[in-house]
Amino acid sequence: MTDYMHAFDLYVPASLEDAARLLDEHGTNAWIVAGGKDSFDWFKDRHRQPQAVIDISGLEELHGIRDHGGHISIGAATTLTEIEESELLREHFPVLTQAAAQVASPQIRNAGTIGGNVSQDARCTYYRDGFPCYRAGGDACYANTPTAMNREHALFGVSRCVAVTPSDTAPALVALEAEMVISRNGVLQTVPSEAYFVGPDIDITRMTVLKEGDILVAVHIPKTWAGARSYFEKIADRQTWDFALVNIALVAKTEGTQVVAARIACGGVQCTPRRLAEVEDLVQGETVGPDLETLARRVAARGAKALNYNQFKIPLIENLAARAIRSLA
Amino acid sequence: MAKAHVTTTVNGDAVEFLCDAEQTLLDVLRDELYLTGSKEGCASGDCGACSVIADGRLVCACLMLGVEAEGLAIETIEGMADGDQLHPLQTKFLEHAALQCGVCTPGFLVAAKSLLERNPDPTEIEVRYWLAGNLCRCTGYDKIVRAVLDTAEEMRGG
Repeated sequence: MTDYMHAFDLYVPASLEDAARLLDEHGTNAWIVAGGKDSFDWFKDRHRQPQAVIDISGLEELHGIRDHGGHISIGAATTLTEIEESELLREHFPVLTQAAAQVASPQIRNAGTIGGNVSQDARCTYYRDGFPCYRAGGDACYANTPTAMNREHALFGVSRCVAVTPSDTAPALVALEAEMVISRNGVLQTVPSEAYFVGPDIDITRMTVLKEGDILVAVHIPKTWAGARSYFEKIADRQTWDFALVNIALVAKTEGTQVVAARIACGGVQCTPRRLAEVEDLVQGETVGPDLETLARRVAARGAKALNYNQFKIPLIENLAARAIRSLA
Repeated sequence: MAKAHVTTTVNGDAVEFLCDAEQTLLDVLRDELYLTGSKEGCASGDCGACSVIADGRLVCACLMLGVEAEGLAIETIEGMADGDQLHPLQTKFLEHAALQCGVCTPGFLVAAKSLLERNPDPTEIEVRYWLAGNLCRCTGYDKIVRAVLDTAEEMRGG
């Protein structure tokens, strides 16, 4: 049940260096918070009770959307509303502003950050309810049993855990070939967005490469796909204020009705944003039309393995892929 | 850890309070400042009953720390009326009977005020999307949406 939070010590570092030092000092007792949308839910459910909470939301270097010529940088603590309302981003990468605009509610978008949206933990109800599952360090998956409710769970990349990425902005960033800038032991490193997200086969207790001591500092989006055609669609049980069952982000370069190149990623179908690589290959150099849509539909969900209650996601992926291709006509 | 000393503005009044790090802004408003208009529904950001405006941004007070209010201008339901003069939204909510049990009403009013400040002429769809983060367990949404649209029209001088 959701309750008062445990007593913790709050640290408000004045710089990224201070934050890194605090993380080093407190090790596994440390917890980074910015918008707090995921963190405070964990604390209130009492499933996470870190002693040292480090609030990095005030760090100037984590804020703002800037044009650096070859790429646009977004500070990790930039809110989803700021992204949604950014003229610069809308002009260059509308797939991202559309994705940000479809996250949760105005209240959440006004405080929730891009860093938190891409780094939030799995939303599997069994995991969130404190079941001692593999992801929580236990020895079972409660979502993949004959009677488990798993309509929101994974179709691909299952490795003991069947949780999916809940993020709307993550597939958009993967489609855009974004890079994540991470402070690791005080040193900045850049990780391609596809490598930023990790599946249970790599590390079942994490959703991203972030480990103790790491801070996501910024997202860099190269202008490779600036001004390209784009499509974002999110399917959820409600039209708004819900996590995606499946979402899709597409960017494409076209000449007339011919597709020169495209990148497509889906959320909600595996633990990480899933590139629809077969669809990307298939459409390259082809002319948009009903035939291409049919082919895209045919390969979009290839390799999907449904659980008991999530078969419906297979036609969802197929239809979303077809619609994304149709949007290029 | 010692309590934090926070200086902020609530409904235009300069306010100081002491709070623990783990107290949310909602805890502070209700338990320290006795402003009990903002409600705790879900305490997890789902229902919007604790909606307040912080420096012009609509947020859930239950998912924000009290110490994070430092230096911000906080607006709550208690500051919506001007003395005895109700805000037009409050008047229209009464006219349309846009409430049943009333627990969600302060959150809806604050959220609707935030909408009309951004967009004085919203469509019905825009109203419904904006208010999506506010849940009414009595499910009286239709009258709420009509009251907001009616207020918008009146405030535009229609």
